[in-house]
Amino acid sequence: MMARNLFIPITLGLVITFLIGPFLIIVAASFSAGETLAFPPQGFSLRWIAKVFTVESFRDSFYMSMFLAIGGTLVALILGIPASYALSRYKLPGAETIRTIVSAPIIVPGIIVGLSLLRYIVVPFQVGITLALFLAHTALILPYAVRVVSASLGNLRSDIEEAAVLLGSSRLGAFFRVVLPNIRGGIMSAFILGFVTSFNQVPVSLFLSGPGVRTLPVDMIAYMEIVFDPSVAALSALLAFMSIGIVFIAERFLGFSRYV
Amino acid sequence: MSDANFLTLENLTLAYGDTVAVKDLNLTIGKGELVAFLGPSGCGKTTTMRAIAGLLSPASGHVKLDGADITRVSANKRNVGLMFQSYALFPHLSVYENVAFGLRLKKTPAAELDKRVKAGITSVGLTDYADRKPGELSGGQQQRVALARSMVMEPKVLLLDEPLSNLDARLRLDMRSELQRVQKETGVTMIFVTHDQGEALSLADRIVVMKRGAIEQIGSPEDIYNRPTSAFVADFVGFENIFELSDGRLKTPKGPVELSGPVPIAAGLAWRPRMVTLGSGPFQGTVRGASFAGNSREYLLDTPLGPIKAEVDAALPSHELGAELAFDLPVGAAAQLRTFG
Ligand SMILES: Nc1ncnc2c1ncn2[C@@H]1O[C@H](COP(=O)(O)OP(=O)(O)OP(=O)(O)O)[C@@H](O)[C@H]1O
Ligand SMILES: [Mg+2]
Repeated sequence: MMARNLFIPITLGLVITFLIGPFLIIVAASFSAGETLAFPPQGFSLRWIAKVFTVESFRDSFYMSMFLAIGGTLVALILGIPASYALSRYKLPGAETIRTIVSAPIIVPGIIVGLSLLRYIVVPFQVGITLALFLAHTALILPYAVRVVSASLGNLRSDIEEAAVLLGSSRLGAFFRVVLPNIRGGIMSAFILGFVTSFNQVPVSLFLSGPGVRTLPVDMIAYMEIVFDPSVAALSALLAFMSIGIVFIAERFLGFSRYV
Repeated sequence: MSDANFLTLENLTLAYGDTVAVKDLNLTIGKGELVAFLGPSGCGKTTTMRAIAGLLSPASGHVKLDGADITRVSANKRNVGLMFQSYALFPHLSVYENVAFGLRLKKTPAAELDKRVKAGITSVGLTDYADRKPGELSGGQQQRVALARSMVMEPKVLLLDEPLSNLDARLRLDMRSELQRVQKETGVTMIFVTHDQGEALSLADRIVVMKRGAIEQIGSPEDIYNRPTSAFVADFVGFENIFELSDGRLKTPKGPVELSGPVPIAAGLAWRPRMVTLGSGPFQGTVRGASFAGNSREYLLDTPLGPIKAEVDAALPSHELGAELAFDLPVGAAAQLRTFG
């Protein structure tokens, strides 16, 4: 009985330590006054946080990452929502095969995806790096979009569409009037998941970078190889707070945790 | 077009891919009639409804409504209402918006829309619930919303697929009278599907009994209950002693049996347990089972005709298991079956 009572708090404590611990260390390190990335921080200053905003390559790669995350997620949703709808509503021949193909980018290690894109698409077809990155990110997000949207479609009875049609709506109208509003939460969850996945993506993006074209995480790695100062910690902390902010806003206005 | 053939199904054949669900069905329904489709699971009741609503296009045949052939008219232009067994309310919309859905699509002027929606909600007794979402209502209330949502459209025909089967016994009776009231007040032509013969008998003007994708018998509740024309219908409405006739004699597992009195020309004869005379008659049986049912007692007899079920007033003295009893199957009381099988 005693052992059981202790099991849950101890597990919880460990999980929190290992999940939140590193994050707290990064946050603490970013307020350091010292010259190198170190823990515990030496002194207190905001200079490294200020420095993040002055590094030009960070700014460019941040825009690139934002563009890929938002644009890629939008395109993935535009492709993924109709695909999920078709997969869940019609008995398509080979539906399982389609599902597997769509899910492949989750299962195949990122390094392999990146390398093969570079070796078999970018180099032979002379595809621009930006376009290649965009396609790669869209393909990576698509499985999440299809998964999450399918799950939320699965919870929705299909007879409401017929009800809408009998009340005078067209089939397409019924999709927009009664299907989309009811999977709103799923779409929002897919968007957040897609955004975060894309933004934190390293292995694929690593292969697809060229002069002046880099995603933020790749740029951070490159920076750290040259300069080992706390500005990388500061940037990581800022990004983490940005993610928390997005989830918080989504939760606040859409109650998104209900749908995940 | 006269009011008598307001809705006509002509040689309607309905199929899902290669599976034929309804075959060559003909049916005429008058304006304002309340018709019940009665039949066992899988006989094609829902399928027929879906074809009338336009959700399923027929493999062949025609659907005619109010003087027009609507076979090729799409479902959203037919003005046929359908109440789904699962209600199919829109979860993201309030009761008010659910009811207003169709009128908004028709671009009904705001004042008229508001008036009609409110009247619709009031007529099903949900005035206080107008702002609730379907998820916050009980099953019975959801059903009323579905009814109001269909009825504000003033449909030419209202189809109800097992409207009462998801409700508990008490609500079922309430909803039964609710449907009857709505039908009386609006005079809408209604077709409802049911498994339950009691429901069909008490509600319908006319009952259509279906069997394996075809109509087995059409008639008034009295016709169906008292004068089934086939062994299938007789069995369905509770005739438990059913015999085929050949050369004026009953066919039984133990050979042909002569009946007392003149035998009509028919394919078969059927008796309800209540129609069996117990205590006198030309036949002998042994009591194999007895059960008490309040007002009456039911006996299962082992007889030379096979097993016979008889029901008698519970006030009469009861019989022990194993008792030898005389009984009769009075020809005059029997339902005469035109087809057997
Ligand atoms: N979507 C479908 N695809 C293939 N066959 C179907 C489909 N829907 C129904 N059927 C078949 O058509 C026949 C008639 O089905 P239908 O749903 O009309 O029966 P029903 O009389 O409404 O039965 P129940 O009382 O169980 O609702 C059945 O044999 C059924 O298996
Ligand atoms: Mg059915």
